[in-house]
Amino acid sequence: MIDFGYTVHKERLIDYDKNDKRVLEHLKQHEPSVLTCIACGSCTATCSAGQFVDFNIRLVQTLLRRGEIEPLKKEMQKCMLCGKCILVCPRGVNMRNMILAIQTAIDKLK
Amino acid sequence: MTKTTVIIGGGVAGMTAASRLANLGDKVILLEREEEIGGHLRNWDRLFPNRRPGYEVLDDLRTNLSNQVDIRCNQTVASITSQPSGFHMELESGEILDCDVLLLATGFDLFDARKKEEYGYGIYNNVITSADLEMMFRSGQPITTSQGEVPSRVGFVHCVGSRDEKVGNLYCSKVCCVTGVKQAIEIKEQFPDSKIFGFYMDLRMYDRHFEEMYYEAQQKWDINFLRGRVSECAENQDQTIILKIEDTLTSRPLRMTVDLLVLLVGFVPKPETLRLANLLGIKIGEDRFLESLDEHTRFNHTIKPGIFVAGTAKGPLTISKTIADAGEAALQIHNYLKTIK
Amino acid sequence: MISFNLFVLPFSLGLIYLLYMIIRWWYKWVKALPEEDRKRFRTGIFSRKFFPALKEVFLESLIHRKMFKRNALLGYMHLSFAFGWFLLILFGNVESRIYSTSHVNPPYYPIFLKFFIHDKTVLWFEINTVPGFFRFLMDFLLLFILTGLVLAMIKRGRSKWFGMKRTTHYQLTDKVALVCLWLIFPVRLFAESFTDGYYGGGGGFLTQHLGNLMVLIFQESSRHIAYTLWWAYSLALGIFFVTLPFSRYWHIPTEVLLIFFRHFGITYKKVSSSFTEVEIGACSRCGVCIDVCQLGSAAHIHDIQAVYFIRSVRDEQVNRDIALRCLVCGRCQEACPVGISADNIRLIERNTFSGTHDSDFSYLPASNPRQAPVVYFAGCMTHLTPAIIRAMRGILKHAGVNYLFLDEAGTVCCGRPIILSGKHEQAKKLIEFNKKLILQSGAHTLVTSCPICFRAFREEYNLPIRVMHHSQYLLELIKAGKIPLQAYHKKVAYHDPCDLGRGSQEYDAPRELLAKVADLVEIPQDGKDSLCCGGSLGIYTVSPQKRDLITKDALEKLTVSKPEILATACPLCKKTFAKHAELEVLDIAEIVYDAIPG
Repeated sequence: MIDFGYTVHKERLIDYDKNDKRVLEHLKQHEPSVLTCIACGSCTATCSAGQFVDFNIRLVQTLLRRGEIEPLKKEMQKCMLCGKCILVCPRGVNMRNMILAIQTAIDKLK
Repeated sequence: MTKTTVIIGGGVAGMTAASRLANLGDKVILLEREEEIGGHLRNWDRLFPNRRPGYEVLDDLRTNLSNQVDIRCNQTVASITSQPSGFHMELESGEILDCDVLLLATGFDLFDARKKEEYGYGIYNNVITSADLEMMFRSGQPITTSQGEVPSRVGFVHCVGSRDEKVGNLYCSKVCCVTGVKQAIEIKEQFPDSKIFGFYMDLRMYDRHFEEMYYEAQQKWDINFLRGRVSECAENQDQTIILKIEDTLTSRPLRMTVDLLVLLVGFVPKPETLRLANLLGIKIGEDRFLESLDEHTRFNHTIKPGIFVAGTAKGPLTISKTIADAGEAALQIHNYLKTIK
Repeated sequence: MISFNLFVLPFSLGLIYLLYMIIRWWYKWVKALPEEDRKRFRTGIFSRKFFPALKEVFLESLIHRKMFKRNALLGYMHLSFAFGWFLLILFGNVESRIYSTSHVNPPYYPIFLKFFIHDKTVLWFEINTVPGFFRFLMDFLLLFILTGLVLAMIKRGRSKWFGMKRTTHYQLTDKVALVCLWLIFPVRLFAESFTDGYYGGGGGFLTQHLGNLMVLIFQESSRHIAYTLWWAYSLALGIFFVTLPFSRYWHIPTEVLLIFFRHFGITYKKVSSSFTEVEIGACSRCGVCIDVCQLGSAAHIHDIQAVYFIRSVRDEQVNRDIALRCLVCGRCQEACPVGISADNIRLIERNTFSGTHDSDFSYLPASNPRQAPVVYFAGCMTHLTPAIIRAMRGILKHAGVNYLFLDEAGTVCCGRPIILSGKHEQAKKLIEFNKKLILQSGAHTLVTSCPICFRAFREEYNLPIRVMHHSQYLLELIKAGKIPLQAYHKKVAYHDPCDLGRGSQEYDAPRELLAKVADLVEIPQDGKDSLCCGGSLGIYTVSPQKRDLITKDALEKLTVSKPEILATACPLCKKTFAKHAELEVLDIAEIVYDAIPG
């Protein structure tokens, strides 16, 4: 191995070989529409909670699917379940059900 | 008896196919619903990728239409029936028309931006569509805001009415992204001090010269491309438009005000096309555009022998591709005419 | 001397068991009620409320009035069994008192009267008064019930005649009880007939003639056959009674308790309670909720309708799908002859399946609203239909109303969408925030253009000020002459939003408002029967394609008389319909704003 003098910080790295796919699998089963997300950001833009607090639903659900579960366990609690995101999503992702599904997935992981 | 082809639709596709067929010696009748032929091309100012005037192409198409082509404007088809030897039509004027071959070149409509109510088209004065902007360019008058002022900040919203489950159009309309880049450059040309923004989910610069135009827009004209889909707009007291977006590249919500907002509207299938397709028994795709007999090898044929289709009635196409497509349709028709008695 | 025969045992033992079950469960349910409800029950029984309750028991449990309104054949079928059997028992008891030779008779005596008393002509009632009166009456009532039985059999094959396209699938206990129930009266008929025929008297127009025919055919065996039939009759009754508490017919006694609960002011809660258990027991599995459910009729989803959901709760087999897959539109509740609050039970069950959502929403900012007499709350959805906001602003300006647009910069959700996920505790934080904001403004009237918010404000907020939907408020302004109007005569069809119509019982204000500016057209299903647009925030597990089916189906029915405009009173309905509608879809605020001259 060549020593470049630096290494990729392990915590920044998404190791897709070894990441925690449990939330992803749970979503595939309970809300597969999430798989069609193109990360356009409409949901985050319109989000009611996002007006008051740092809550980026697009980013959070993408990271959860990539296996970044632990630091994001409480993120979903910020959601008011108002439904504006569903009304603007161009891919028809059912985000309210996705949030419930993520909450149950995280409950199961405890 | 000379075989007759009736072309329904006098736009780019219809005109091209008509002139090709006439050049090959075939008898053609061109039916157009409106008062004159030319279709949407009449409304465009300058065409991508080289920003050449649209009327040049329109003139070229018109010139090619020899006087062998029987052009009939203000004609709508009321009913069609298939006969063993061709097709029998009744026009709304009461006229009867019989032919051997039918070419559907009915084209497209533009998405009605009022359906995307959250963008405020028809509600806020400073929200316009790309088609409106193109008409403004054509009129030769300088572009202004609704209060008649020079716009200092202009925003372009991509994918309006396309790739959107919420309006029932899942497909990509192909031409809107490059139109957005083109129009951004054109406004910047007019107002070098203005700041222009493009709000996109993807930038579909798929054809030759498109990517280079995008590069030019960034490098030469300082157009700002922001990756984020506008979720909704609001209006300030001074009629400027407030946008709500997520800047996905930095993962942060972004708010900004623009003087003028241009919605890049996409293609939708024409209700007239669907009506004719149902009358004739032609297959319609899930996206509500017409289906060809074969996606690759019979692109201009339909499931019914003798009925052909050309142009955007089959789905979004650029003008240059429409001309090519119509030419192919004409050749297929010409060969078909040779085979029938 | 007490009349007795061994065959009366199945009936008697069954009856004892049934009575025991009813008493035991009624006691348990009343005891398990929360304290205030127990008090209501205690005071209620001895109050004037007792009599209206009894009246409703008569009108609904016996006469089945609500069933009649749905379909005459369906109503008659239930009436003949319920009321017919009731009269049979009632007059049977009277008859037995008149004809018996002893003063004390066991409970089975009237049921099997014809076995014990054969010749009535020697008895004083027959000699001194109208001869054959009871013979006629009992036969007539039996025939009445039998016509209902024939209809019930026909319904198995031709349910469409009864106004029902689909009917409930039965479980095993239901089938056993059903078979027994169906056997009871024909077997009674033949048991009585054979006996009357053998003894050559005692029967009425039906039983006597049938009996004579039977004796002609079976001769001496008739006596034996009669005895077997009496056994069969007793067994049918006994087995029916014993299976009743485990079958759909458990609704018969439970419904009575439910009616009393309601009249005494005991109602459903946000958490599972004794009341909910009684409601679940009172479900007769009639299946009327199946046909009215749009998920079934338009979206071809057939396993989540209220009757199946309630069954899953009863069997403690609720799953995520059945809990979350409901529009919460209220159509099943409205159609239910027993009036079960299926929507509420659905929300209670949802708590289990929505995962931990225990936010305290502490991120909501401090508020300092401007003071104004009227507060306008647009709601989350209305920000995506800005034409409504523009119309409201314009109208309120024209009317010179001093108002505060409370959520102009952005809405904190009213809380109902969270309640729809079963998390009513979490909604309280949002409710607190908005309530504080509203009260701080000093307003005396809260106006909202969203029915979902309207319902939340009315049911959850406990506001000391007036809460109005914008249709009501605009109507008030018009009546006060504050808004000049020039009617434009376009044909308008009005769609009742679920949360405004069935949810808040407001059907009239929007119609009255619209009638002032346009020509309302008739639509086949409106008011309490109106269809859901499909945009519902109540349903969680549904694909966009299925929603589209519901929307398109509703749209078809709404535009049957070819209106020019579809008027809605809800931003979500507007957005949902606009996706598919070819005609213009406008909120009533927009229509009113367009009608202001100038």
